[in-house]
Amino acid sequence: MIAIVNYGAGNLNSVKKAFDYIGADVLVTARPETVASADKIVLPGVGHFSSLQALDRTGLREALLQSASAGNPFLGICLGMQWLFEGSEECIEVAGASIFPGKCRHFPSSVKSPHVGWNSLAVQEGSRLLRGIAQESFVYYTHTFYAPIVTEIAAASEYGLRFAGAVERDTIFGVQFHPEKSGDVGLSILKNFCEV
Amino acid sequence: MVKGVRFKNLRDAGDPAECAGAHARDGADEIVLLDITATSGNRRTLLDAIRRTARSLFVPFTVGGGIRQLEDAAAVFDAGADKIAINSAAVRDPALIGRIARRFGSQAVVVAIDARNVNGRFEVFAAGGREPTGREAIQWAWEAAACGAGEILLTSMDRDGTQSGFDCQLVRAVAEAVTIPVIASGGAGSARDFIKVFRDGRADAALAASIFHFGIENIAQLKRELHDASVPVRWPC
Repeated sequence: MIAIVNYGAGNLNSVKKAFDYIGADVLVTARPETVASADKIVLPGVGHFSSLQALDRTGLREALLQSASAGNPFLGICLGMQWLFEGSEECIEVAGASIFPGKCRHFPSSVKSPHVGWNSLAVQEGSRLLRGIAQESFVYYTHTFYAPIVTEIAAASEYGLRFAGAVERDTIFGVQFHPEKSGDVGLSILKNFCEV
Repeated sequence: MVKGVRFKNLRDAGDPAECAGAHARDGADEIVLLDITATSGNRRTLLDAIRRTARSLFVPFTVGGGIRQLEDAAAVFDAGADKIAINSAAVRDPALIGRIARRFGSQAVVVAIDARNVNGRFEVFAAGGREPTGREAIQWAWEAAACGAGEILLTSMDRDGTQSGFDCQLVRAVAEAVTIPVIASGGAGSARDFIKVFRDGRADAALAASIFHFGIENIAQLKRELHDASVPVRWPC
């Protein structure tokens, strides 16, 4: 069973709907115990970095970190991916999971913010999450803060600068874009996650 | 579903859920469903249409029409919309933009502006184009962005349904005045119109209805032409 973590940030329906569509067994939950017993975890989220504070308050943070470090596949989407980094300029009081190094930053003023729309991916060879995804495939983004390019990058996109489109370490994955809104490409990525 | 010309002479254009799915398969990058009658009586019909449309749609889905308060927006999100578009209610109460943005994020709030050239000045109209507001479109777009809007959906009432090209003058003036994306709407007739609105109008996105609903321009073919003209576009899709 895949647990989609509900911590009050954004529309989980669309993420659940996409997993339902590909035939995955998913459950939306806010309970740390349910998260702890899940085979795989999806941490979605749109909105402000401060909303991640709810993970600390509810005991979800520990459940997520324990499960991920035990080797259960983990997928952070958008804000859920940013959480995997050390933190964000958007809300310096809230700590991320520090699984990937660096902080999320605001896009430079040379480009319009938020970065909204379809953008292409420079896919790293060997990524498990992006297996079978063609170079320069388009995915849908909507975000104001971006995560830095790190060594565990799975895909990069460009918008004013190069930023992390997807990251991957062992079975911990993060995507800044919205696979549930990225048409067939996005659904293929979710299928890959289900098959990890 | 209906489509009109300059907001009038509506003609039937089919079932929204079926059309949305077909357009997405053809390569539409986003689907916008506008309830242009938006009377309280047909709210349930709209929510049902959103649910049916959202079920198997995996591109961004924006819904507008008749959203007057936070609760209306919440119901539309709950039914499966990714973004809401507000128009008349935002003109009456600009603080509504911020209230919805604080709860659902700016990325989920599109402010729709219907504008018409009145003696050389772009005036904002509310209530489906029936009510002049006295507001000037460029100033209003700037204000809406300052209130927390994530995108502007800008419709030229003069061009709506005419297929005579986007109003690039209007689009450019607004796109240069705000730092959020501007979606140009009204007047799309050919691939050349799209190329013009991206180049001359500085639009971040462009919306069309008539030409797609009635099959005049094929979306995949249109995107190919944009790609060939070096307009950045999701292609192949």
